[in-house]
Amino acid sequence: MSNGTLNSNCPAGDIQSRWDNHKFSMKLVNPANKRKHSVIVVGTGLAGASASASMAELGYKVKAFTILDSPRRSHSIAAQGGINAAKNYPNDGDSIYRLFYDTVKGGDFRARESNVYRLAQISNNIIDQCVAQGVPFARDYGGLLANRSFGGAQVSRTFYARGQTGQQLLIGAYSALSRQVGLGKVDLHTRKEMLDLVVVNGKARGIITRDVTTGKIERHLADAVCLATGGYGNVYFLSTNAMNCNVTASWRAHKKGAYFANPCFTQIHPTCIPRSGDYQSKLTLMSESLRNDGRVWVPKEKGDHRRPNDIPEEERDYYLERIYPSFGNLVPRDVASRQAKFRVDEGRGVGPTGEAVYLDFLSAIKRDGEKAISEKYGNLFQMYEKITDENPYKVPMRIYPAVHYTMGGLWVDYNLQSNLPGLHVLGEANFSDHGANRLGASALMQGLADGYFVIPYTIGNYIASNTIEDVTVDHEAFKEAESTVRHRLDKIVAMNGSTTVDEIHRELGNIMWNHVGMSRTASGLKEAIEKIQTLREKFWVDGKIVGEANYKNAEVEKAGRVADFLELGELMAMDALTREESCGGHFREEHQTPENEAKRDDENFTHVAAWESTADNGGNKIEWQRHKEELDFEYVQPTQRSYK
Amino acid sequence: MGGTSEKTINLKLKIWKQNGPDDKGHFIEHEAKSVSTDMSFLEMMDVVNEDLVKAGKSPVEFDHDCREGICGACSMVINGNPHGPDTATTTCQLHMRRFQDGQTVVIEPFRARAFPVVRDLVVDRSAFDRIIQAGGFISVNTGNAQDANALPVPKVDADEAFASAACIGCGACVAVCKNASANLFVSAKITHLGLVPQGQAERDERARNMVQQMDQEGFGACTNTGACSAACPKEISLENIAQMNKDFLKASLKDRS
Repeated sequence: MSNGTLNSNCPAGDIQSRWDNHKFSMKLVNPANKRKHSVIVVGTGLAGASASASMAELGYKVKAFTILDSPRRSHSIAAQGGINAAKNYPNDGDSIYRLFYDTVKGGDFRARESNVYRLAQISNNIIDQCVAQGVPFARDYGGLLANRSFGGAQVSRTFYARGQTGQQLLIGAYSALSRQVGLGKVDLHTRKEMLDLVVVNGKARGIITRDVTTGKIERHLADAVCLATGGYGNVYFLSTNAMNCNVTASWRAHKKGAYFANPCFTQIHPTCIPRSGDYQSKLTLMSESLRNDGRVWVPKEKGDHRRPNDIPEEERDYYLERIYPSFGNLVPRDVASRQAKFRVDEGRGVGPTGEAVYLDFLSAIKRDGEKAISEKYGNLFQMYEKITDENPYKVPMRIYPAVHYTMGGLWVDYNLQSNLPGLHVLGEANFSDHGANRLGASALMQGLADGYFVIPYTIGNYIASNTIEDVTVDHEAFKEAESTVRHRLDKIVAMNGSTTVDEIHRELGNIMWNHVGMSRTASGLKEAIEKIQTLREKFWVDGKIVGEANYKNAEVEKAGRVADFLELGELMAMDALTREESCGGHFREEHQTPENEAKRDDENFTHVAAWESTADNGGNKIEWQRHKEELDFEYVQPTQRSYK
Repeated sequence: MGGTSEKTINLKLKIWKQNGPDDKGHFIEHEAKSVSTDMSFLEMMDVVNEDLVKAGKSPVEFDHDCREGICGACSMVINGNPHGPDTATTTCQLHMRRFQDGQTVVIEPFRARAFPVVRDLVVDRSAFDRIIQAGGFISVNTGNAQDANALPVPKVDADEAFASAACIGCGACVAVCKNASANLFVSAKITHLGLVPQGQAERDERARNMVQQMDQEGFGACTNTGACSAACPKEISLENIAQMNKDFLKASLKDRS
């Protein structure tokens, strides 16, 4: 692919029939031939497990990889709220078109219409499939499925299994995957980490892995490679992501030629439990349903250190209700997060660190009674008390935004194929369908749509329309990739400075949070780029590793991942710097309305920025080239979002 | 100001170190100084490891991931209890305010023949995966499903199925059992899938195959002491085991193979 604009390969025609027509026009692989073809799937979360199971059911030979000890622990398991679908079971006016419309608008007009429409269409099949697998969704007394409204949607389209929807969907996909493993159709590799992508004559043909328990390096060959390795929120050190979430698989593919799209699009979730000290390892999300009854406030005066209940009503600033009288505490995630940050920056933050705002249930308790509130949020209140040792029935909760999801990721076309032929990217790992802001309960939907219902079709088209060269793992490209991996591991093990990997990671997290977080400026981003370059140098010169790479050594694993975050961080800052507008979760202070809201520049930035890694001389300097994919809005006309 | 305790305590840790499955293993002692009581247990372990690395010593390997009590990765035995002293709590959700200043804390891996030690506190629980692969599923290929509301499921069945499906596969039930029995884990899956109409076609076969695989993996027999359910961070009920025994007996009587 040369300079200029990228082709999304979206089919033409009415948006309603694009996916159907495309399915018909794609080439098929004869059932008897499928068993001659193999696919590598990296990652076993919702996208990876569903893709592996579905492709194996079709007859392909699948090799599935996870860094964890079991596919069932993949981070999809932690999703709480639910999964959207356009079933319209509640008869409240939902439709495929409305889900499509809401998602495009919620993404602040930076997503691809064709993909989003397909996602909305497939959403209904996902629910059918999951129920058939035995997923115990919430039900009404008549035995039919229950729905709730979520994330400010005006219809009830969210299916859920208490606060553990991700867990139940993952167990469903894991059981489908396990069935194929038992049948010998999927070769499952646990505790193996992909450390490089192998490209043979321009096509993705394999991966290099490291067994994290023995350190053994292996070469794996297939006809195509799928990455379903999740998001990169841990570049911020503190996030709601699980500790092992990382960007390495995507980043290694990027360094081999795959474009990274919209890396600066990150979602900062407004209601998380604030950090309590420097030892903090991760942040815990509190469901955003709490904002239905909780009122957000800070003291009117700076540095007011009184206990919250000692601050009289007239000295409190219920700032969301004040600024957004019509939406109040229910404004979208990006807006609520930004406003919390503004208050803290003004010096009106609360709690021991000053980095928190109150979420107060006292008026709701006065109105509805403690029992009613406990029925709705009992488990969340309990979790809060366990972590903070404070009783939210008596004292307002302290909350603060935290990094939660990354909308950016490897660039893919309509077929979920990256610009590197044969490399497909699914789920949160691709940049795909959420634009600049993801709506609640849409991540589970997209992961399963990609895995169950898109890749099984498009992978066949790729295999049927390409010549797959007959090579073995002795091919030069495998040798070269393995030697790069070994060289890098040697370099890591040799690190004998004085700064631990976690210390470097924490420092990177601070830079990212302060400059590439909820609010960004040109000068701050330039400063971040310089600081990250310096930190990257420090990592390789002064980093400290104890022990070797030939047994289970978490420090070695972390070091490889942090090394990649140290490069990604720079690209995120660069992407944020070159996107001279504000949209969704990307807020550039230079581009705001007089009311401090995000101001898009549709004329110049209605495009996806896809970054190509152009030069890496092995030293500290890395270079990228920015490509564009222009976005067309034929169905949903871009407008300014307003919540006043 | 929010009322966090901001207290610190000192602990004497005795931590299990073992280089691999064939190594004998031994305890190391470590003084954990000025531990904030707001820390989670795993954050305390992070600080211990940070200190060990700074001192040029090999850090303690332990499994962990989500740190929200749902992935089931964390797996330590703390002062004799899998996941520590609190009920219905995984190690990652255990907080240091639960411990006293000067206390000795003994930290060991889950111990069971079917869970060989990989290194230090990390054990191999792939036996659980193999049991699921033997039958812990409903055989439905992608695309085969009918409309989700075509088959009503009574709310009580759906709720009970959820309660069994809430198992996180951590293995605390095995670690706490004097016989290292996996009955609670296996029965939770059999019960979950046996409660929904979609799971009926394979119900007998599932019970037979999963129980057979469980026996092959070297787990011990169940003597109904109930320690598993008491140690379970998700409070999976002992009734699951009764249900499994019923299903298995019925399946054995009907065996047509």
